[in-house]
Amino acid sequence: MGWAIALHGGAGDIPLSLPPERRQPREAALRHCLQVGVDSLKAQKSPLDVVELVVRELENNPHFNAGRGSVLTTEGTIEMEACIMDGKTKKCGAVSGLTTVVNAISLARVVMEKTPHIYLAFDGAEKFAREQGLETVESSHFITPENIERLKHAKEANRVQIDYTQPVEKETPTVDGDSQIGTVGCVAVDNDGNLAAATSTGGLVNKMVGRIGDTPIIGAGTYANNLCAVSATGKGEAIIRGTVARDVAALMEFKGLSLKEAAAYVVEECVPRGNAGLVAVSAKGELTMAFNTTGMFRAAATEDGYTEIAIWP
Amino acid sequence: MGGWAIAVHGGAGVDPNLPQQRQEEAKQLLTRCLNLGISALRSNLPAIDVVELVVRELETDPLFNSGRGSALTAKGTVEMEASIMDGCGRRCGAVSGVTTVKNPVSLARLVMERSPHSYLAFSGAEEFARLQGVEVVDNEYFITEENVGMLKLAKEANTIVFDYRIPALGLETCSAVVESPIQMNGLPISVYAPETVGCVVVDSQGRCAAATSTGGLMNKMTGRIGDSPLIGAGTYACNLCGVSCTGEGEAIIRGTLAREVAAVMEYKGLGLQEAVDFVVKERLDEGKAGLIAVSSKGEVACGFNTTGMFRGCATEDGFMEVGIWD
Repeated sequence: MGWAIALHGGAGDIPLSLPPERRQPREAALRHCLQVGVDSLKAQKSPLDVVELVVRELENNPHFNAGRGSVLTTEGTIEMEACIMDGKTKKCGAVSGLTTVVNAISLARVVMEKTPHIYLAFDGAEKFAREQGLETVESSHFITPENIERLKHAKEANRVQIDYTQPVEKETPTVDGDSQIGTVGCVAVDNDGNLAAATSTGGLVNKMVGRIGDTPIIGAGTYANNLCAVSATGKGEAIIRGTVARDVAALMEFKGLSLKEAAAYVVEECVPRGNAGLVAVSAKGELTMAFNTTGMFRAAATEDGYTEIAIWP
Repeated sequence: MGGWAIAVHGGAGVDPNLPQQRQEEAKQLLTRCLNLGISALRSNLPAIDVVELVVRELETDPLFNSGRGSALTAKGTVEMEASIMDGCGRRCGAVSGVTTVKNPVSLARLVMERSPHSYLAFSGAEEFARLQGVEVVDNEYFITEENVGMLKLAKEANTIVFDYRIPALGLETCSAVVESPIQMNGLPISVYAPETVGCVVVDSQGRCAAATSTGGLMNKMTGRIGDSPLIGAGTYACNLCGVSCTGEGEAIIRGTLAREVAAVMEYKGLGLQEAVDFVVKERLDEGKAGLIAVSSKGEVACGFNTTGMFRGCATEDGFMEVGIWD
């Protein structure tokens, strides 16, 4: 059977004309994170350890929307969220509203393993992080010049919709497609069919303070059980409504679809076009990466030697 | 078949030693809320309006654990959460960490209808509430004397029980009079406040909606979020059904319980009651929870694996039932 791993750095309207100076560092990062994951699987680390490790790498890389490099809220601040799930036990941990924790995914894991709860947020989560001795830094550490620009563009595009007392269109058109990029994630399965999924993000650019997306919501952005592990990315609101991660597993279980068929069905039917992508692996060692956006930063490998690093279809 | 249907709940997991008077009060409240919903349905209000109205009533009454009468955090404060979902188009809204908004379910609805997002929490949610001009009060408004007492008991019980998966040792030394060894979420059932209120409705046009609201777990850590505001876990509605869950938050989240009912109907073709039974039986592992559900065809169902669930349901053909036990 063999192990398999897939990771993503966000799905969105990634322009085909993305200049090399923006494309190459991301491809290099995907390559590096994939190698970290592959090496850990070869060293027999559990899928839960592997997904946490890989997502930590992605969070530390400033080119993706998680940890350092997170997009900014409408007030120019950072609010990070993450989620991790162990397929074998269905234990999970999630965090939201983090401002100083260097690796949100690790805090999510600590919530899972050291509390009787699943989900901690904002001040309570920050306090818990300190109690547990997790690494914290000044919030400015996470902010990059690129994201300050993104926020500026987003505000310009949204200029006509500042009055939130009027009904608002959920589909906000963006001038710079690049600003829709959201989330990093990783899924892995080992030789024994143990599965795990992890997702982390800075959220939606120009989001309202306190806005929570799909990433920390079990069944929406993240899910793992004994059949498969899924990590989704894209427009959070659509992924929540479409219960994307859970539905991939549900289609396999209740309709007998294969991993690939289930993933394809979900991105076609459960979310509007241009809104989502996902990576998934099955207990049998299969893997799939599906998206209905222009592109998705992704990388994958299986034990039999297959490797892929890509952005567009 | 067809016609409207409505169900309400006030929490799963009831102390079998609950005084008769409390049981009566609960049944009266459930009856009152059902009747409120029924009048609204008879006036042709859409399902989404009915669930909001009914849950507002449940939040306002201090009897159950939501709005006024919410369970208290470890600090003795109230942090409320709620979610609402409209089966038409699966629009949804949710809030967490609400401390001054009188009716969290209404704030959740405003998030759904008046913001570009689906879920707002803590200071962001409170700020949004002020921008929207919703009714706000001091946090003290939500705190009842009874819950202050319950918090004290919960703290005493928790100094003994650290890992809720391990059976409690030394509970005999706890000053709480524990006559039954039943536990939920690590607390003896006598101090465990039923977690949540909820309502599900299908109107005469076959539109389904669901809403859930809670103060959360007694003695919870500040910032702890449960299943109630999580779409797919505590609340879900689509064109087939509307579901609201209550009980051990962790079990409900891991089991994505509300979505599960809809998924087995959608992908496996099960009917409403079959789906509810399947989910309660197969998807809760060692967890304890209950749920209420309605289908677009006008059916209503409930299921729970706990000792009792405060609930009531009614359908257009005149059926009406309010109960606590099996």
